[in-house]
Parts: sequence; C-alpha cells; structure tokens
Amino acid sequence: MAWFFKFINSSIGKKFIMALTGLLLSLFLIIHLGNNLLLLVDEDIFNSLVGGLGGLKPLVRVIEVLLAILFMIHIINGIRLTIQNKKSSPQGNKVNSGTETASISSQTMAISGITILAFLIFHLRTIWVKFQEMHASQDHEFFNVVAESNIGFGNIWITIFYIIALILLSMHLKHGFQSAFQTFGLSDSRYKTIINCIAVFFWFVIPGLFITIAIYFGFFFNN
Amino acid sequence: MKVTLQVWRQKNRTTTGDFVSYDVENVSGDMSFFEMLDMLNNSLISEGEDPISFDHDCREGICGTCGVSINGRAHGPLKGVTTCQLHMRSFSDGDVLVVEPWRASAFPVIRDLVVDRTSFDKIMEAGGYVSIKTGGTPDANAIPIPKFDAEEAMDSASCIGCGACVASCKNSSAMLFVGAKVSQFALLPQGKVERKERALNMVATMDDEGFGNCSNTGACEVECPKEISIINIARLNREFFKASFN
Ligand code: HEM
Ligand code: SF4
Ligand code: FES
Repeated sequence: MAWFFKFINSSIGKKFIMALTGLLLSLFLIIHLGNNLLLLVDEDIFNSLVGGLGGLKPLVRVIEVLLAILFMIHIINGIRLTIQNKKSSPQGNKVNSGTETASISSQTMAISGITILAFLIFHLRTIWVKFQEMHASQDHEFFNVVAESNIGFGNIWITIFYIIALILLSMHLKHGFQSAFQTFGLSDSRYKTIINCIAVFFWFVIPGLFITIAIYFGFFFNN
Repeated sequence: MKVTLQVWRQKNRTTTGDFVSYDVENVSGDMSFFEMLDMLNNSLISEGEDPISFDHDCREGICGTCGVSINGRAHGPLKGVTTCQLHMRSFSDGDVLVVEPWRASAFPVIRDLVVDRTSFDKIMEAGGYVSIKTGGTPDANAIPIPKFDAEEAMDSASCIGCGACVASCKNSSAMLFVGAKVSQFALLPQGKVERKERALNMVATMDDEGFGNCSNTGACEVECPKEISIINIARLNREFFKASFN
C-alpha cells in the first residue's frame, strides 16, 4: 500500500487521479445526454423512461453514490492542485503572455470547474429533488417539469444559466479530455488520431447537443 | 532606434524588488539583447549607479545560463532562441519592454534578473546520469541503437537546463525539463539500466523542490529555446507509472 500512497501524493499521481476521475465522469455525460435527447423525440417515451428508472432505484442509487465519490475526489484533488500550483508560482509576470503560449481553456480549469459545480448543485436541488418527489407520489409528468415549469426551461434565466454552464463544461473538456491522455502518457501513441476524434465528441458534440436542448425548450418550445 | 526598458531591480534575496524604467537610445537592430543591456550598464556605471545584474555565459545559445522574461515571454518573443541569441531587430523603435527574472518559488531571485537554479542541479543529482563505466568512445554501431531512438534521445538531450519551461508555466512546473532528462536516458541502452530509480527519484526531488504540478497547457514547449516537445512529458509519465507499479 505504501507505494500507492506515495504514487497518489506525487505530482504525476495527482494528475493521474484527476485524469481518471475526469474521464469516468465524462462517461456519465453520454448516458445523461442519451436520456435527455428523448426530450426532443417524444414526451411519453421520456416520461416512461424516467418513470422506469424510478423502478430501478437500488441500481440508480449505487450509480449515484459512485458518481458522487468521483466528483468529490475530482474536486478535492483539483482544489489541492490549484492551491499548490499557486504556491509554486506566487508572483506572476507583470506582463501576462495571455493566450500567446497556452489556450484559454487550459488556463481556466479551476474557474470552469467551479462553475460546473455551482451548476451541478443547482441542477440537483431543482430537477433531481423534484423528480424524487414525483417518483414517490407516482406523478409521471417529468417532461412538463423540464420543458415548461419555472424550475426548468420555462424560466428564461435558468435556460441562460444552463447554456453558460454548458459552454464552460465544453471548455473544461476541451482541455481536460486531451490532457487526460497526455497525463496517461498516451498522447504520442498510435491511438493519437482516435483520441483526438473522441475528444471532439466530448467537448463539442456532447455539450453542443445539451445546449441544443436548452435552446429549443428555452426559446422555441414555450413561445 | 530607441527602446524603453522596465527592468526588475532587486538588491538581494531578502529585499523586495521593483521595476525601474530606463530609456536606451542609439540601439542598433544588429545588437543582441544583451549587448543592448551591456550598453545600458556601461552608461549606468559611468553615472555611478549599480549596473543591472543578469546571467549569461556562452552568449551563443548552448550553455543555458541566460534567461529573462521580456513582455511576459520567456527568452523574448522569438521562437526557438535563448535570450542571448535574441537581437534587437525583433523589436521596433519606441517599444516598451518589461524585463523580468524567471518567476517561480523554486527559482528565488538573487539579484535583479538573476535567479538561483540550484533546484535544477538537485534534480540532476537525483538521477540525471548513468553510473556505469562507459569507457572511451565506443566504436560506431558497437551497440546497435535504432535510428529513431537515437534521434529522439538527441532531441531530448538538447535541453540546456535554462528554466524557461518553468518560467513560462502558470504552475511553475518543471515537467518539461525533467521529461527531457529522463527521456534522454530512457531511450538509450546505457540509460535503461537505471530508468526506474531515475524516474522515481527525479520526480520526487522535483516535487520536494517546490515546482508545481503540470496542467498540460503546453506553454513550456512554446517557449523552450530548444523546442523540446511535451511528448517528453508523456514519456516521463509513462516511465513514472512503470516505475511506481512494480
Ligand atoms: C464539479 C466541478 C468540477 C471541478 C471543480 C473541476 C476541476 C478540475 C480541475 C481543477 C482540473 C485540473 C486541471 C489542471 O490540473 O490544471 C480538472 C481536470 C479535468 N476535469 Fe474537472 N472539474 C469539475 C467537473 C468535471 C466534470 C463534470 C468533468 C467531466 C464530465 C470533468 C472532467 C475533467 C477532465 C477530463 C480533466 C482533465 C484531467 C487531467 O488533468 O489530465 N471535470 N477538473
Ligand atoms: S526543456 Fe527547454 S525550456 Fe526547459 S530547461 Fe530545457 S531547454 Fe530550457
Ligand atoms: S548565455 Fe549561454 S545560452 Fe545564453
């Protein structure tokens, strides 16, 4: 076990934990997007799928707990990294090289991460809590809550907040996804081209489709 | 041409420094950046003031002694050159140039633009060598080494240890330097023998010396005067994993 603690407390080990938890969290996005795209397909299918998940409670709970643990590790480790890095670099240059040497998304991982966290807390406290209550009371009008209610896209401010958070998620993944493979030491491997294609899927296609859902319901469906 | 310099002046390790502005006239585009500083220092000396301290040795881009940030860019704006190889033709008449030492807690400022890079020496002492007897120059091809590996190792070995990678990194990470040093040995048969201890010890020393954690922003490879690629960081990560897991 000693080697394990030594590893995860080293600079490279901490990066490894960041990359591993980040990629596992990204996998959740695929499932969540798949579920949400049904909103655009058909109201009844969406309602019955979400209703069905209510029946799979034990399994869903296990996944939720796993996700929560991944988030905690990712966030705590991320905060630890950010604090240590600030300490190593207490005085910046008077003139900042800005984006001449590094992309904006790579320099704002903590800011984009914290925005995602704020979004996540808000999202869970509104939609997730509401859905739990609905499962308990056998009310299966999930679609209406998302599409029309004022804790969903019926509220223009919530729609705007969702879109901003998703843009920041896209930035987080634009840097994070390829960075994770650099951390694993696979960025110069023969899988490079495949990794780059999958990266586009994660930072562009996935957030893009989420944003499409938000725009459709926020600006068109309710008007 | 004429340039205005805002130079970081700091008496010693313990005092805090500040920027001082100097107008330098009659600058020729064919002067190197340091010749321009030499000219300024001559006039400071003749006025009875302290000259600006800066590190330099070979002045031909091979020793790794020099290095300042100019307008936030390590070794100045030109790609693939050290500060000593930067010429004033890279700037224009009337430019204001902010000249700063490398900024990193692992590189404390000793005076003006001079920083203490002992932390790099300590990393090298932790594993930047081979401890086998290599004898005299061996016959060519006595040890067969694939062409590709030899080229890669040479690319990594071209790191001159200047510290620009640390200075350009928002986290002051030394991963490009350590990546280059670990790679140069890991790719060659003589270096493979001690590859595990080397990766573990050099990374541990790097962490102890207070360098930050790499965020893979890639700023280091943009600023490195020897254009060392961040592929070396990926390779360092692999070497470190292999060494940690068994
Ligand atoms: C909940 C709030 C979040 C916070 C506070 C956060 C924070 C961070 C931080 C600070 C880093 C390290 C960047 C660096 O070393 O410079 C990072 C990396 C990363 N994050 Fe997040 N993050 C969050 C959510 C997410 C989510 C939801 C995902 C995926 C869906 C994700 C995926 C990644 C990936 C793939 C990396 C790159 C791993 C690497 O460093 O190589 N993050 N995050
Ligand atoms: S990797 Fe490049 S920037 Fe870093 S010390 Fe070596 S030569 Fe200098
Ligand atoms: S003085 Fe030797 S590299 Fe610049």
